[in-house]
Amino acid sequence: MGNITLKQVTKSFGDVNVIKPIDLEIRDGEFIVFVGPSGCGKSTLLRMIAGLEDTTSGNIEINGQDATDMPPAKRGLAMVFQSYALYPHMSVRNNIAFPLKRAKMDKAEIDKKIANAAKILNLDSYLDRKPGQLSGGQRQRVAIGRAIVRQPSAFLFDEPLSNLDASLRVNMRLEISELHKSLATTMIYVTHDQVEAMTMADRIAVFNGGIIEQVGTPLELYNKPNNKFVAGFIGSPKMNFIDAKSPDNDKVASIGVRPEHLQISTEKGMWSGTVGVTEHLGSETFLHVQLDGAGTFTVRADGECTLAYGDKIYLSADPSKIHHFDKDGVSINKV
Amino acid sequence: MAVNSSNKSKIIYTFLAWTIGGLIFFPILWTLLTSFKTEAEAISASPSLFMFDWTLENYKEVLSRSPYFTHFWNSIVISIGSSLVGLLIAIPAAWSMAFVPTKRTKNLLMWMLSTKMLPPVGVLIPIYLLFRDFDLLDTKTGLVIVMTLINLPIMVWMLYTYFKEIPNEVLEASRMDGATIGDEIFYVLLPIALPGIASTLLLNVILSWNEAFWTLILSAANAAPLTAFIASYSSPEGLFYAKLSAASAMAVVPILILGWFSQKQLVRGLSFGAVK
Ligand SMILES: Nc1ncnc2c1ncn2[C@@H]1O[C@H](COP(=O)(O)OP(=O)(O)O)[C@@H](O)[C@H]1O
Ligand SMILES: [Mg+2]
Repeated sequence: MGNITLKQVTKSFGDVNVIKPIDLEIRDGEFIVFVGPSGCGKSTLLRMIAGLEDTTSGNIEINGQDATDMPPAKRGLAMVFQSYALYPHMSVRNNIAFPLKRAKMDKAEIDKKIANAAKILNLDSYLDRKPGQLSGGQRQRVAIGRAIVRQPSAFLFDEPLSNLDASLRVNMRLEISELHKSLATTMIYVTHDQVEAMTMADRIAVFNGGIIEQVGTPLELYNKPNNKFVAGFIGSPKMNFIDAKSPDNDKVASIGVRPEHLQISTEKGMWSGTVGVTEHLGSETFLHVQLDGAGTFTVRADGECTLAYGDKIYLSADPSKIHHFDKDGVSINKV
Repeated sequence: MAVNSSNKSKIIYTFLAWTIGGLIFFPILWTLLTSFKTEAEAISASPSLFMFDWTLENYKEVLSRSPYFTHFWNSIVISIGSSLVGLLIAIPAAWSMAFVPTKRTKNLLMWMLSTKMLPPVGVLIPIYLLFRDFDLLDTKTGLVIVMTLINLPIMVWMLYTYFKEIPNEVLEASRMDGATIGDEIFYVLLPIALPGIASTLLLNVILSWNEAFWTLILSAANAAPLTAFIASYSSPEGLFYAKLSAASAMAVVPILILGWFSQKQLVRGLSFGAVK
């Protein structure tokens, strides 16, 4: 069991209100990602769920039980910190054993669990080393090992991959996803990286300034963003926005099109412009186009695109792929 | 012979280091040498460095004339006692300042440090009168109390800086792992801070061992530590350089040996490698 319910939860540091009232239902076994720009309160909310920060108002329920004022040790959750937070004076073995010893588990059982975790995480040959003698990726594995042995009802991750280099990050991302599939335990994962959110999540909660802008599956957020913020945050490269009126809906103040939904033509189209910088990635090409009206569009073209700086082109998009927003940035359903 | 510039500067620095080291150590060396001379040689106008008649007379004389071991024991009790009592107070104080700071924690730390800028003689009369009224004059208890109070600001400061370097997340991790406050302190905080606690303890033992203002004023025959033992050779019946040197040597050597064996600990170690 591992469902967590937040009811009108808020947090203030002194006079500064960093979490506005938040309601959220986290289901047993799901992988939910809190994503948002840095400073929007993701870590704070995660730490409140963990019990490391107290809750200013509202309620946190874990497995149907009110846990708002429970100390962290009693909540049955495990946390993996960005800094790994290993115990520097203990061997890897003792780091992993620490939570089991606190739970007064007997020695034979502890050894069995450590051996098992070491096998899953490829830590066999490092068990007697101190954290200081391990690489970043290995430390991250130890931190995960220490979390899984306790069989918590949910895992909390706070930007666990941000101290790793890019290629290791991709590997660990897969490992964590695989771990989630095999354990089928609730995971709450905080990141500022929308790629991590899109690739790992069952559901994503997009944070902005202490509120949740939208909760949904990666594709829901991609296809039906509630507002301009979510539309711009999810997807890479970012969605293009321009101010525009729609002939059939006078509430529309701006429209948005994703770079991958624009078609290029040299003869005709909805918008005309001049090619600026082109970025060739091999499999695809990003064109930065200066529109003749106003603004710039980023366009995703295929890898063989031969357009170059200064070329005149036309762009168009399938009307069903164009997002409409009112003057407050709220999405207007398809007209 | 080709000596490149980095080698040359290395030679210069080594030479400078040895010169400064020699200058600092010379008085101690001179004291040690003098303690093996006769009184006549000790005050000779043309003293010789090593070429004199080595004698143990001064040590015999000093040991027979004053109760060295009583003073030695007093020094041990006062320095170690005050350092341990100090730790007992300073650990919780530094802990709360480092991990649950308030708006005024910094001010409090500065204020504590400012007490070290006060000339001790400024509070001589009140402390003396307090000691007299509480019957603490010439007692080891009294000296332990005063040495504890004198060194407490330094202890809290040292421990505070050591604790500050322990990342809060490590302590939070232990809380997530089911540790009680007791577990957190005994299995996580204290072991990580142990090198810091040990060097705090050692430094304070040394400082208290060498303290010679309060110990001389507040003690007489019973509680006098080695500083008073040395001082007793410096005046009334004229000057006895050789015996004074022998007494000094016996007072200084134990703490020098302690310092020598714990120098690694004094120059603090342990890297916090687990936290990137
Ligand atoms: N202990 C604290 N005291 C005061 N302000 C804090 C504290 N922790 C976080 N904040 C503030 O709360 C806001 C949200 O922080 P955080 O949850 O760490 O953001 P995120 O993890 O989304 O980057 C930030 O503006 C930060 O400055
Ligand atoms: Mg954060």
